[in-house]
Amino acid sequence: MTLDMAKKGQKIYIKKINDDKIKVQAIRLGIYEGAKIDCALKIPFGPIILSNRMQEIAVGRTLAKKIEIDIIKEGA
Amino acid sequence: MECCRGLNIEIPKGYKKLVLAGNPNVGKSVFFNALTGMYVDVSNFPGTTVDISHGKYQDYVVLDTPGVYGVSSFNDEERVARDVILYGDVILNVVDALHLERDLFLTLQIIDMGKPVIVALNMMDDVERNGIKIDINKLSELLGVPVIPTVAVKGKGLEEVKENIKNARVGNIDAKIKEYLKEFNNKVEYQSEALMLLEDDETISERLNIKTLGKREEIYRLRREKVDKIAESVIIKEGKGNRIRQKISTLTLNPLTGIPILIMVLYLIFKVIGVWVAGDVVGFTEEKIMAGYYEPFIRHLTAKFFAEESLLYRLLVGEFGILTLTPTYVIGLLTPLVIAFYFFMSLMEDSGYLPRIAALVDRVLSFFGLNGRAIIPIILGFGCITMATITTRLLGTKREKIIATILLGFTIPCSAQLGVIAGMIAPLGTKYILIYSFTIIIVFALTGTILNRILPGESSELFIDLPPMRLPKLTNVLKKTWTKTIMFLKEATPLFALGALIITLLEETDILYKIQDLFKPITESVLRLPKETANAFIMGIIRRDFGAAGLTELSLTPEQTVVALVTITLFVPCIASIIVIFKERSKKEAGLIWLGSFILAFLVGGILAFLIV
Repeated sequence: MTLDMAKKGQKIYIKKINDDKIKVQAIRLGIYEGAKIDCALKIPFGPIILSNRMQEIAVGRTLAKKIEIDIIKEGA
Repeated sequence: MECCRGLNIEIPKGYKKLVLAGNPNVGKSVFFNALTGMYVDVSNFPGTTVDISHGKYQDYVVLDTPGVYGVSSFNDEERVARDVILYGDVILNVVDALHLERDLFLTLQIIDMGKPVIVALNMMDDVERNGIKIDINKLSELLGVPVIPTVAVKGKGLEEVKENIKNARVGNIDAKIKEYLKEFNNKVEYQSEALMLLEDDETISERLNIKTLGKREEIYRLRREKVDKIAESVIIKEGKGNRIRQKISTLTLNPLTGIPILIMVLYLIFKVIGVWVAGDVVGFTEEKIMAGYYEPFIRHLTAKFFAEESLLYRLLVGEFGILTLTPTYVIGLLTPLVIAFYFFMSLMEDSGYLPRIAALVDRVLSFFGLNGRAIIPIILGFGCITMATITTRLLGTKREKIIATILLGFTIPCSAQLGVIAGMIAPLGTKYILIYSFTIIIVFALTGTILNRILPGESSELFIDLPPMRLPKLTNVLKKTWTKTIMFLKEATPLFALGALIITLLEETDILYKIQDLFKPITESVLRLPKETANAFIMGIIRRDFGAAGLTELSLTPEQTVVALVTITLFVPCIASIIVIFKERSKKEAGLIWLGSFILAFLVGGILAFLIV
């Protein structure tokens, strides 16, 4: 599945990022293939907000479709 | 001198370059101010909206850099920061202690450059407030450089940082990267350049004419893993995070609450700017100071040197003179508005609200081939199209820059124009206000959607860091406002002068009147307006508010007023904006934009006239 299908509160595992330019930039913000991150919020039809400790990142919906993920833990 | 390509910063003999580096919003400027005191210069990097502040501290030239997440060439800020950091002698790296795993990426990268580094671990009060504990000695040991805990805004730790600048040292360079660097080290002068080559930096590779190996991802991953390990081992106690801030953050992002908040904030801003700044302040600066005192004075002075009938006199101090229209417009009208707009933008930026607005509106703007970041030039467009067009530089791709420039030039009325429009339309009542607003919004949406369909290529997508919501520091906001305003004035004033010159020449050669005559029949038949309205449209080329103001002198029915206002809003941007568009875009694109706005204005105006007049 891809990141746009993640739900609020889920913990996710980033499997693959299918966008070379974003891939290298994302590593710097702590999002990389193999990283475990929380889906903090989903703006309806809009960006997905990921969080990692105190860090929050907004990922556009179309970009989210290019990021393959697994769900590690369902949200509360 | 290798330092600061494109910048003219003189480094006196015997002085070293102390470079401040850090992620965005980590409080670098406080350190900069503490080091340099009052004597600071600001230099703009040509072709960017990025400024570098520089001053002196003991025998150092201190250079501030834009906040970046790493040294590379992904955007203008990074390119500028890169060129300053690469050739610095000592690096003061300011780190947000609350975001170690984000900020240490840059720290390790600078350490890998082999530069002497000192780390200021800032925002330690936030760390305590969140119940987090950090082992500072261990962090210093792992990095191999001095780490000083600070709370810069409260002045805590600043003296220790100053004292320890001389203790900055080369840190623990990653063993594997060190091995890789051997490939490049003998080909370049600085290890920093070698690291850039190892990380496939296109610009540096081109500049030094050395091929890269395609190892960027590997190096970045190596560094990321190391950062995560360091962060894990020095954070002794994890925090819960600040509940209130997180609540506010969520409220601004969730459309149900976020959209009303956004509307309220924008309403407040436009109320302050539209009523107080555009009314009272500009009334004083433009009418009283510039038109009342300055213009008569400069006319009187010029008359002493040139005959009042001479062309030169008219060029200098005539109706559209370089010494009359330009300063009155730039200082009297634009400066207060630009200051106000930059003030609110800086306030939203420093509080962390601006990136959240970008996330909130991302979906809507994506229909027009833009991402959320384009909200910045769009908001600024309501201030001044010239200022907003310059800001389109921050957009990711050429495609987005073109779309944003066209939307700004075509559909957004600037504050000068808005004032006159509001004055004319308000007495007509709600119905006409709605007709006007809906027409403009529909044209905006249609133009954006069509451009997104027909322009080749792909737009970049939203991928932004959302910094924590913080109470902004007023001195920082004011400083930002000041440097941005100065930058705008430096860049735009010559354009307004050039615009004034062109208009005077057009008038002198009667071309202005010929254009008016050309438009009169269209105005009468297509727009169903009195033919004198064409004069107002042509005046709109000089200053958009002149155009709108020209309409007030005509007797129009309410329907005709709306048609005229819609047409003049969509009509060509003012001459200074056009010059900026020509500067920023290719001649062909700019020419098409200019021509397109004529066609669009009369087309939409004509349709509206057909429907309601």
